[in-house]
Amino acid sequence: MKQAAIVLLTALGCFSAQAENIAIIGGYVHTMSEQGSVEKGTVLIKDGRVESVSEQLDAPQGYRVIDATDKIVTPGLIGAYTSLGLVEVGMSAGTVDASAKSEDYSPYGAALDVSYAFNPDSTLIPVSRIEGFTVTASGMSGTHSLFGGQGGVFSLGDDNNLVKRSAFMTLAVDNGGADDNGGSRAALWPKLENALAEAMSLQGNVLAPKDEWHGKLSKEDVNALLPVVSGEMPLFIDARRKADILQVIALKQRHPQLKLALLYATEAWRVADAIAQAQIPVVLDPEANLPGSFDQLGATMANAGRLDAAGVSVSIGMDTHNLRLATQHAGNAVANGLPWQQGLAALTINTARLLGIEQEYGSLESGKVADVVIWSGDPLQVMEAPEQVIIRGQEIRLESRQTKLRDRYLTLSQDKPQGYIRP
Amino acid sequence: MKGSTRILLAAVSAAMLAACGQQASKDQPALVEIDKDPYPSTYTPLPSPATAITNVTLLDGVGGMVEGASVLFENGKVVAVGADIQIPENAQIIDGTDKWVTPGIIDVHSHLGVYPSPGTHSHSDGNEMTKPVTAEVWAEHSIWVQDAGFSRALAGGVTALQILPGSANLVGGRAITVKNLPDRTVQSMKFPDAPYGLKMACGENPKRVYGDKGGPATRMGNVAGYRQAWADAQDYKRQWEKYRAEHKAGKNPKAPKRDLTMDTLVGVLDGEIMVHMHCYRADEMAIMMDLMKEFEYQIASFQHAVESYKITDLLAENNVCSAMWADWWGFKMEAYDGIRENVPMVHNGGACAIVHSDDDLGIQRLNQEAAKALGDGLRAGIEISKAEAWQWLSANPAKSLGIFDQTGSLETGKNADLVLWSTDPFSTYAQAERVYIDGGLAYDRQDPDSWPVQDFELGQPGEGDVK
Repeated sequence: MKQAAIVLLTALGCFSAQAENIAIIGGYVHTMSEQGSVEKGTVLIKDGRVESVSEQLDAPQGYRVIDATDKIVTPGLIGAYTSLGLVEVGMSAGTVDASAKSEDYSPYGAALDVSYAFNPDSTLIPVSRIEGFTVTASGMSGTHSLFGGQGGVFSLGDDNNLVKRSAFMTLAVDNGGADDNGGSRAALWPKLENALAEAMSLQGNVLAPKDEWHGKLSKEDVNALLPVVSGEMPLFIDARRKADILQVIALKQRHPQLKLALLYATEAWRVADAIAQAQIPVVLDPEANLPGSFDQLGATMANAGRLDAAGVSVSIGMDTHNLRLATQHAGNAVANGLPWQQGLAALTINTARLLGIEQEYGSLESGKVADVVIWSGDPLQVMEAPEQVIIRGQEIRLESRQTKLRDRYLTLSQDKPQGYIRP
Repeated sequence: MKGSTRILLAAVSAAMLAACGQQASKDQPALVEIDKDPYPSTYTPLPSPATAITNVTLLDGVGGMVEGASVLFENGKVVAVGADIQIPENAQIIDGTDKWVTPGIIDVHSHLGVYPSPGTHSHSDGNEMTKPVTAEVWAEHSIWVQDAGFSRALAGGVTALQILPGSANLVGGRAITVKNLPDRTVQSMKFPDAPYGLKMACGENPKRVYGDKGGPATRMGNVAGYRQAWADAQDYKRQWEKYRAEHKAGKNPKAPKRDLTMDTLVGVLDGEIMVHMHCYRADEMAIMMDLMKEFEYQIASFQHAVESYKITDLLAENNVCSAMWADWWGFKMEAYDGIRENVPMVHNGGACAIVHSDDDLGIQRLNQEAAKALGDGLRAGIEISKAEAWQWLSANPAKSLGIFDQTGSLETGKNADLVLWSTDPFSTYAQAERVYIDGGLAYDRQDPDSWPVQDFELGQPGEGDVK
């Protein structure tokens, strides 16, 4: 597998020089680590990383103090599966990098790589981060191929956004996936098995342009699948109905080395124990409770809570323009049976593990990247909001194009045209 | 009910007169009249025994909040509201300690039934995308009453909703207001005496749909389309007025040929049908308000109204409501300038603000949409109380639909459309425990056996499950 051209980039070292030292004092700190929650604690941040979380309520010399009394302190939230940075305006507004046409280079979609497409100037990034999101997994949303390309993990800080390239591959085995791949699951699954078999047949050796190759996949696509079949790159599978989820579990049984996660998984609660046993994490929309199609008839808001009770790791956060609503989604999961701590875990540590970035992100632990949010109150409450957001040890301005529009129009001026008013 | 029955009887007798060939005078045929209510409501409320919910925090929906309040209702109506009311011995008493009571939520923008679940092509009945002006179609003729979305919305405290055609057309067709008590027919859901709505649409959608199909292809084409439609409606109205005047004068005029498109548009010009116009951009809304003056009608509400915050003064001046999401934005260019403070800024500007859903999931949590908007407004320095904010969910929607005389607030004599919440409904964790429509218990979260299960859900995975 070492031959495969997988580059895992972390931002380690790229950002520490300019960061100041900060002491966040007096807040209710939910570390999301083994340390648990500290009712009145201090988070020390040094060189862009968490130095410590303790119950001491004083700051060492040389630390800027942020008083967090009566506030809630959490790790920065992580978007589980979004298209952030790949889309500005969804419809009729030019190129959307989250979708692609099937073409000769990558007819199976496996070789598509969003790390080339991520736009750090997207206005969606400030919109999302001022609501507490500091990292996101970004993947494609529509390829009409078997695979949905390789997604990446990105920081929502000011620069050096790429955290992890080729962090996951996506695949849909729901009705939509079947429609795009022969019009039937009877066509889709053999196609998938063949694709995996072709990749496995290479035994980790990357095909070079000069190599002879007689597989159905393009060389680029089969090369891109090497880390998937070795289990280095997780395969995120969109499956909704119970039968499809059971097929995903059977896939894992056939190929135990594959690292799988379920996306949407609307009927997952019906086979929660089997999912837990197969150790497959789930990314879901806890509010999906309608029989929107024939492959999600059993949709219920109890899904997240029931999965968690069975021991399944649940992540929440699949919107793009409104990734910020994931806190509300988690709150509604809590209102329908998910324990509160697990609601927060679904936005932080569970997602960090899902994306394989838990060594650096997802909890407030010594040595981890200092992505920290100070909230006015319970982050899962719709009327609360972040008051301070720190990304990689730097406090960001709580400003977006939307807040500028708000400030321009907060008072309507009759004196001169609105365009002259600079918020 | 009585009102609609009267209209029906009048219509029937007019039709009978015409059918039997009876004549007002010897030579003059009977006046041809148009039945304005050919699909009348057959709504029957649930039983409404005397019920009192006590010890609650009560929002009356018109800006009032009472702690330790009780509400008494019977025979479908609110009998008394307040901290100190007389509760008759026969009343069922529900202790609401630590709980809240509000008026039922009214959603002015839903496509339940016309775009139902499951969202198959066979069920796609919301957009008559065959020509830009289809005022002749009525959403009620598309509604599939077995949409599971109705019962989910009920569990979210929605007691009434307006179901509209989609926004592909300049004039999409008639909208209908229903009670959220799904039954076998749409007539049985129809809100008695509620005026019809007319769905119109600005901007991107019509030009996208018709740009390659003969137009309109531009926003200027859109406006030309509305203007011609209204000009035609004025002409049609004059034809009927002339006909009636001549008939009244004892002449023997020929009735104009009936035109279903024009019937609806004239209903607007006559002030009988309320215009609800999908319109995102502030500059377009301003044009629509000039247009409504040009043709002398009133727009009841702009729907989606993402940029209303830019023209709150114009909206207030022209008495047009804005129905808005809390935070949807960016899915197309005309939604790019969406901000989270839109709703409170419209309210603060003295205009009528409504929180709407346009979504089968969003309709289940409109209280949370209002809560988000309120929270964002407060952080921007706009002081609005929770009691005032509830107007966005009940009173203002009811006003824009023309049913505020019946519902939308908890005042004596009003319909007993109300929700008992497990806690402060501005909390994410609040759940509607009991939902009453016309005093009848339509939903009881504590009693799973009582939950409505739609035909489609029978025999399917998850039947009767908690949703």
